[in-house]
Amino acid sequence: MNESAVLESQKVIVFQLGEEEYGVGVEQVRSIERVQPITRVPNAAEFVKGVINLRGVVTPVLDLRLRFGIEEREHTNQTRIIIVSVEDMEVGLIVDAANDVMDIQTDAIEPPPEVVGGIEADYLRGVAKLEKRLLILLNLHKVLSKAELQELKSIEANS
Amino acid sequence: MDKNQYLDMFIDESREHIQTINDHLLKLEDNPTDETFIGEIFRSAHTLKGMAATMGFEDITNLTHQMENLLDGIRNKTMEANTDLIDIVFEAVDHLEKMVDDIVQGGDGKKDVTAILNKLEQIESGRVAEEVAVSAEASLSSPTDTKERAQSQVFDNFELAVLAQSHEQGYNAFNIKVELRADCILKAARVVMIFEVIEHVGEVIKSEPPVEKLEEEQFESEFQLTVLSKESVDELRDRIFKVSEVERVDCEAIELEQLVKEDQQDRKEDNNRPVKQKSETSDDKADKAPQTASNQGTNKTIRVNIDRLDALMNLFEELVIDKGRLEQISEELKETALTETVEHMSRISGDLQNIILTMRMVPVEQVFNRFPRMVRGLAKELDKQIQLEIRGAETELDRTVIDEIGDPLVHLLRNSIDHGIESPQERRSSGKDEQGTIVLTAFHSGNHVFIEVSDDGAGIDRNKVLGKAINNGVITEEAGRSLTDSQVYDLLFSSGLSTREEISDISGRGVGLDVVKNKIESLGGSVTITSRKGRGATFSVQLPLTLSIMSVMLVEVQDETFAIPLSSIIETAIIRKSDVLRAHNQEVIDFRGHVVPLIDLKQFYNVPETRKSESEHHSIVVVRKGDKMAALIVDSFIGQQEIVLKALGNYLTHVFAISGATILGNGQVALILDCNTIIK
Repeated sequence: MNESAVLESQKVIVFQLGEEEYGVGVEQVRSIERVQPITRVPNAAEFVKGVINLRGVVTPVLDLRLRFGIEEREHTNQTRIIIVSVEDMEVGLIVDAANDVMDIQTDAIEPPPEVVGGIEADYLRGVAKLEKRLLILLNLHKVLSKAELQELKSIEANS
Repeated sequence: MDKNQYLDMFIDESREHIQTINDHLLKLEDNPTDETFIGEIFRSAHTLKGMAATMGFEDITNLTHQMENLLDGIRNKTMEANTDLIDIVFEAVDHLEKMVDDIVQGGDGKKDVTAILNKLEQIESGRVAEEVAVSAEASLSSPTDTKERAQSQVFDNFELAVLAQSHEQGYNAFNIKVELRADCILKAARVVMIFEVIEHVGEVIKSEPPVEKLEEEQFESEFQLTVLSKESVDELRDRIFKVSEVERVDCEAIELEQLVKEDQQDRKEDNNRPVKQKSETSDDKADKAPQTASNQGTNKTIRVNIDRLDALMNLFEELVIDKGRLEQISEELKETALTETVEHMSRISGDLQNIILTMRMVPVEQVFNRFPRMVRGLAKELDKQIQLEIRGAETELDRTVIDEIGDPLVHLLRNSIDHGIESPQERRSSGKDEQGTIVLTAFHSGNHVFIEVSDDGAGIDRNKVLGKAINNGVITEEAGRSLTDSQVYDLLFSSGLSTREEISDISGRGVGLDVVKNKIESLGGSVTITSRKGRGATFSVQLPLTLSIMSVMLVEVQDETFAIPLSSIIETAIIRKSDVLRAHNQEVIDFRGHVVPLIDLKQFYNVPETRKSESEHHSIVVVRKGDKMAALIVDSFIGQQEIVLKALGNYLTHVFAISGATILGNGQVALILDCNTIIK
């Protein structure tokens, strides 16, 4: 709620992981790519799937399911890699599907509540209620932060 | 003005000008009477002054201004360019360099320059006493210069054209010199009034000092205007006199024909003059164009941010990958027109690749040109006579290497000056010239660039090095005896070894040649020493042409492709599995008489197993790190290839035993093995 409180509304890219919908600020998203061959990087964290060739730039990709402790799943036609840029890092996030851009009213955002199933994960910035949908907003800094990895907790289906 | 926007440009150009001044000062020292050198120095100092003033770096402005006065003295032959004077100018340049460095570091470029200013002034006052009083104030408008050409204005080509044209249209040109009363309070206001008066009857096409300076009251009490008008001389003078607080108005008509003639003559007589005058009067931006043109002559260049080149390279690689796909498609379709087009495209992209790669190449001159100055200074400090010869300064190296190689070379040169070249007395007694020579050579050989630092000094004393190494516990006395000369010289690169008895100012800065070696090796190069006692020593540095492109061997481990740098590979071989031995729980092989540990890359990198090998043989790649070796088991060799080195990105820093990545022809990423971590 902090920095977003200033804005009246903000645009987010909506993507899917399992049954849930997540959102990241559009300003942090560089592009959305189809899945392409990934080169495994040995001895990296489990959720680091490897690196891809993104228009000549070697870019690491993370499996967001594994990052959030959800069971890994075969890639489908819908699977996408969202390229995000945080601070000086460009990283790809593998998600089940990415298909929407949405304007979210700031007052629709609530802090990550127990409502979502007792999540204490730092990487959640808040939850936005949109009529019948529930959108989980991510704090990408935390998603990518390495210090926080050990505190992974699973997110259970809800709504 | 938003200065930040120009800051990079200012820094780059300041450095260039400081370098030019350094270079030409050295040349001037050898030929004190040569006017071209002093002209070049003056020009650079002047431009620097202008730029610094525009950017608001006052200390730089003041210092360059005072330097200029001195240089002007040399130019006008009222002063002599002797060693003392040049020493002081060098010192001033050092200060300038430090100030620019400070600006680079984000500082404000301020520095206490009073001491050096005083020195410069003293020298100047020794010769031209009267000018000192004026220059001590060191104002921007450089009053000495104004006095110098109080008589008439000097025009550039453009202004002459304007004058000629207006003359045809019946206008007369006038030179008007206005002097305000000494007690005039609002000088700028008077200037505006005078301009207004003139605008009624004509047009001001030029003023000295420039209008901006006049408006800022940056002038003493008088200024000059060039005016076009149909009125008479007297009419103009009377009108201007109507403005109060005007002391004197000198008004004279300009004889145009004569002016053109004079101007041409002037140019012929003294090439420096018009350029200098022009840069006095026009502002800096206009000034730059003729400067660059004259400095660089035929070699036109443009500064490009290296990030942009990298971006271009990335895009180009994408193109190459698409080209590969097109080639495949055209092969399948067997359509002549398509095949031809694709072939043409392949050729063009080959040429393009060459161009892009060579765009990153810069002559080593950029590094070398700071050395003459350094050698001069050190030789003086140590009371030695040393001449530095530079050969092959045009040899080109990748920008990334150039940036890194400067410091190691400085070190090697310092080493030669300090340890190599003897004092003049010693040299005389051993029958050599008093002046020692250091030769700095760069040349290409194959895929490498060699840079050699050789001196004709005393050479390296084997026993001394050995003694020291034994004393410092680097090797045992026993081991020392069996070493070859070059092995002994290599000991110089081990940490904490200095051949000189007492640590001197020059090389005793806590870093030894070991740092040099590490640096060069981190660039993928190597350094060797040859020496003959009494004749001198040569340090030879071998460097890859570029850091961004390297030769690798591509190997397959299960379904994954890895690249092994060719520089670490000794050879590839196929061995029988039955030849594998075990030593202390580690598989080893006997490789040409050496016991070499065997590393299975599949296990080492946890490569998922996709196929089982039934073969009785192992394919191995024998790699080395220094003298140590290891044999890596792979599944198959793909072949040798030139690859473009890529970083893994900021998210994946320090991945174990991986030094980077590259993009293969099929668009996939392959990781590059780091043999230096594999071998502990």
